[in-house]
Amino acid sequence: MQHKATLPPWCLTGLVLGACSLPLVLLATQLARGQLGPDPAERLMQDTGEWALRGLALVLLASPLARAGWRGVFRYRRILGVTVFLYVSVHLLLFAQVYVGWSGALLIEELKERPYVLVGFSAWLSLLPLALTSTDKARRRLGRHWRSLHRLIYLATLLAWLHLLWLARSDVGEAVVYGLIFAALLGWRLRRYRQRAR
Amino acid sequence: MTKRIYTDPSIASSEITPESVFLNRRAFIKASSGTAASALGLSTLSSAAEPSELIYKTDPDGSLRGEQTPYDAVTSYNNFYEFGTDKSDPARHADSMATDPWTIKVGGLVDQPGELHLEDVMSGFDLEERIYRFRCVEAWSMVVPWIGFPLSALLKRFAPRSEGRFVEFKTLYRRSEMRGTRSFTSVIDWPYREGLRLDEAMHPLTLVAVGLYGKTLPNQNGAPLRLVVPWKYGFKSIKSIVEINVTAEQPETSWQTLQPNEYGFFANVNPEVDHPRWSQRFERKLPSSIFKPNRVPTLPFNGYEEQVAGLYEGMDLRQFY
Repeated sequence: MQHKATLPPWCLTGLVLGACSLPLVLLATQLARGQLGPDPAERLMQDTGEWALRGLALVLLASPLARAGWRGVFRYRRILGVTVFLYVSVHLLLFAQVYVGWSGALLIEELKERPYVLVGFSAWLSLLPLALTSTDKARRRLGRHWRSLHRLIYLATLLAWLHLLWLARSDVGEAVVYGLIFAALLGWRLRRYRQRAR
Repeated sequence: MTKRIYTDPSIASSEITPESVFLNRRAFIKASSGTAASALGLSTLSSAAEPSELIYKTDPDGSLRGEQTPYDAVTSYNNFYEFGTDKSDPARHADSMATDPWTIKVGGLVDQPGELHLEDVMSGFDLEERIYRFRCVEAWSMVVPWIGFPLSALLKRFAPRSEGRFVEFKTLYRRSEMRGTRSFTSVIDWPYREGLRLDEAMHPLTLVAVGLYGKTLPNQNGAPLRLVVPWKYGFKSIKSIVEINVTAEQPETSWQTLQPNEYGFFANVNPEVDHPRWSQRFERKLPSSIFKPNRVPTLPFNGYEEQVAGLYEGMDLRQFY
């Protein structure tokens, strides 16, 4: 696909920024209006988690799209990546506020005894250095190490998916759907890697 | 001459219709007139699903009345996986369940097996209000003013035999009306099943609920009748019951069969025994908010320790969770 931009890039950037913040803005509005039901924490946890997963899938879609000819896609991948980190951070903050009540002892207990909490927390931890090194300056300074560091996104994806699967109680439908999407996106990379190795 | 009060010796006092039931006929007639209308094709979906007023005795212990969870919250935030796994699914989709006519089959180790029609239930038992704490295994809780009658009153009519040690309950399973049961990825083996030990079932706190907040149950809350066992996690309080069996062996129950390490047969509310995936020491007492989560400590036996702890004397509640 030839990207013959009729729109200037900043316009599309604005659009992407808007799209990225929309779910969070909508959730905040609904929260302020009391439209999230009697247990808003549960809804917010679920929705921020799901938007983070969708965002992750889009981040991983950038490389195949670039390969298909849209080189400009990487400009927006960064915004998307930082957005994912933002949503996961909100998710984590909610957990601390509503489920742990900011008790250090309880947080340690949760991390020790509940593997899905540990796995989710590790996913956030593995995204942290990526968010911190998302500036142009950091990228220049890290040079070729930047790419290796940012492969952590694969680990974060696996952890996030495991976190989702572990939370399913009786219906694994959602975990299966995300599993297939992630398998396709990671499988594409594996295939390319093998082809190049040959 | 002394005045004699007339009594008819041919009517046993147990057969005299209690006043509340007599008065209840009005509610019953009101409810069934909807049925007649729908039989004539006059009724629309909404009128069939509209909860109707009940006549009942008010809970004499009103200590929890001030803590009641608002009606909207009780009827919009539910776990009823037959209609989907999201909390808002039952309120959206349970209307598709037809609750009229409704028959409950009672059998197993009883001397008088038989069927109960909803009409018999509504006219045959004294309804009373019970304001109970309701604690979900997912660590949220509500306070609900149920309307119902003790399960023991129902079971006694069917005369459980002495070999009977457990009671098994089943929920309606009707694929065409329950979209959640049609999910390909659901791992629950329908119909939903629950069970109690017979002494738990006969305990005066164990309630058959036919209403809440003074009205008949909305479908999402388990219409037309459900179990309420206030000292156990909510999943024990099985909804929309169509079958009750007295058994000698401990019956298989849905969640325990699915994940025995997470859900026990007893499932007594116990802050000391965590669910493997979350702590049970606290609960979000709904409605909750982000800035005021209303996170309160969970009480042993959900606050009913005094009344029910005796049932489990000598049992290791860590082993029998």
